[in-house]
Amino acid sequence: MTDYDPKDGLLKPDRPVGIVGYGAYVPRYRLPATEVSRMWKGGTGGTPIDEKAVNGLDEDVVTMSIEAARDALARAQIDPREIRAVWVGSESHPYAVKPSSTIVAEAIGAVPTTQAADWEFACKAGTEAMQAAMGFVGSGMAKYALSIGMDTAQGRPGDALEYTAAAGGAAILIGPGAESVALINGSFSFVTDTPDFWRREHANYPSHGDRFTGEPAYFKHVTGAAERLMELLGTTAADYRWAVFHQPNVKFPERAAKLLGFSKEQIAPGLLSGRIGNTYSGSTMIGLTAILDVAEPGDRILMVSYGSGAGSDAFDLVTTERLAEVRHLAPSTETYIARRTPIDYATYSRYREKLKLN
Amino acid sequence: MEVSRHWRLNQQRYALVGEVCPNCGVKLFPPRDVCLECEAPAKELYTFTGLGEVFSYTTIYDPPAGFEHNAPYMVALIKLEEGPMVTAQLTDVDFTDVQIGMPVEMVTRKLRTDGAEGMIVYGYKFRPLVGEEVTSG
Repeated sequence: MTDYDPKDGLLKPDRPVGIVGYGAYVPRYRLPATEVSRMWKGGTGGTPIDEKAVNGLDEDVVTMSIEAARDALARAQIDPREIRAVWVGSESHPYAVKPSSTIVAEAIGAVPTTQAADWEFACKAGTEAMQAAMGFVGSGMAKYALSIGMDTAQGRPGDALEYTAAAGGAAILIGPGAESVALINGSFSFVTDTPDFWRREHANYPSHGDRFTGEPAYFKHVTGAAERLMELLGTTAADYRWAVFHQPNVKFPERAAKLLGFSKEQIAPGLLSGRIGNTYSGSTMIGLTAILDVAEPGDRILMVSYGSGAGSDAFDLVTTERLAEVRHLAPSTETYIARRTPIDYATYSRYREKLKLN
Repeated sequence: MEVSRHWRLNQQRYALVGEVCPNCGVKLFPPRDVCLECEAPAKELYTFTGLGEVFSYTTIYDPPAGFEHNAPYMVALIKLEEGPMVTAQLTDVDFTDVQIGMPVEMVTRKLRTDGAEGMIVYGYKFRPLVGEEVTSG
């Protein structure tokens, strides 16, 4: 005999929790996909996106996380010493050993009375930190917990991923429901061992299973997590004003939306990959920030991340009156996207440190 | 590279943490523990807003050892809105766009690294205000 019920699994703490502050960050440089095509395909063939965001020479996951975290704090209007966890999810932490999160915590003034850790699960490292933050806050152990998804993603020169592997992400500050700009109604995770994409220790670039990345990986997990969450909460696509899915390109999230019954209008504000690329751990979360920038009070939002290896975290959120009061306190996601300086492949090669100097 | 020397400066480098004089209210950066105006002890920490304007600037084409990675880059005297003047690199800016009086904000960036295996040093730089910067392209 067992109490196991496959319908269980809703992640929802006893105390109401929500997003009390959010911040996006996109570096200013853009590599048009036509530059990658020009270099490796003779300028022929289609491109999966228009252009991708590229970090500058003095930027990495730590500096970009600090920028997003400062915007999240500006909107939350709280004392950073009340933050009890600073978690950075990424697959491009600047150190193999030494946390990014301690540097971020120091820079935003959260040290020393805080937990800090780096998270890793390919592109969903940031959303799993959000779920953990829900637990920290929802249990009463913490008043606030900061979860960040940020990447400076690696793409092997000439590989299909080079078109899209981009830099950017978002910081989401989780806190008490009463202070929220968006309440979290519940979350659900869907995980299997699926080898669609990986990077071994000491390898500079990831490997992937080509077409294996679609049906058995992205679509199975994204739709699996979304369908189960909606079943647990008794909702359908029509109950949501907006939806955002992990964005490795433009086609995948569009197809996932269609499979789940969402319209193009519902995913439009959060679908950023065509203009900034795939920001990996940041991808779903920065899409959410773009939705929060335009949402009205009471809008219900479905958010579903995807991380290779593989798994998805789905979230059901509803915005509050407070959102309109605080969103102007930091630059909008669209402001960061509009701040763009196109670069050519040579400049990209230098900025991404692909040039061998000795 | 001396790890301890950089570690001691973490707060002021990462977040522009200086001091405020409890006697006359003057803000100090970098922290000196003694007020420059009234000579009273000043050890109360103060985190600067990071807002200021370019007082003067130059472009570095022949960088000192350790800064070759970013060259050429711009260095400016920044007049912070609280008063003190700091020297720092400018970032996220085209050389032709910089002017005396240009409003800037502090960002925490990579200053240098100690080779491929050594520590990464982070600290303040300044950039044009996001949202008010003229976008190119």
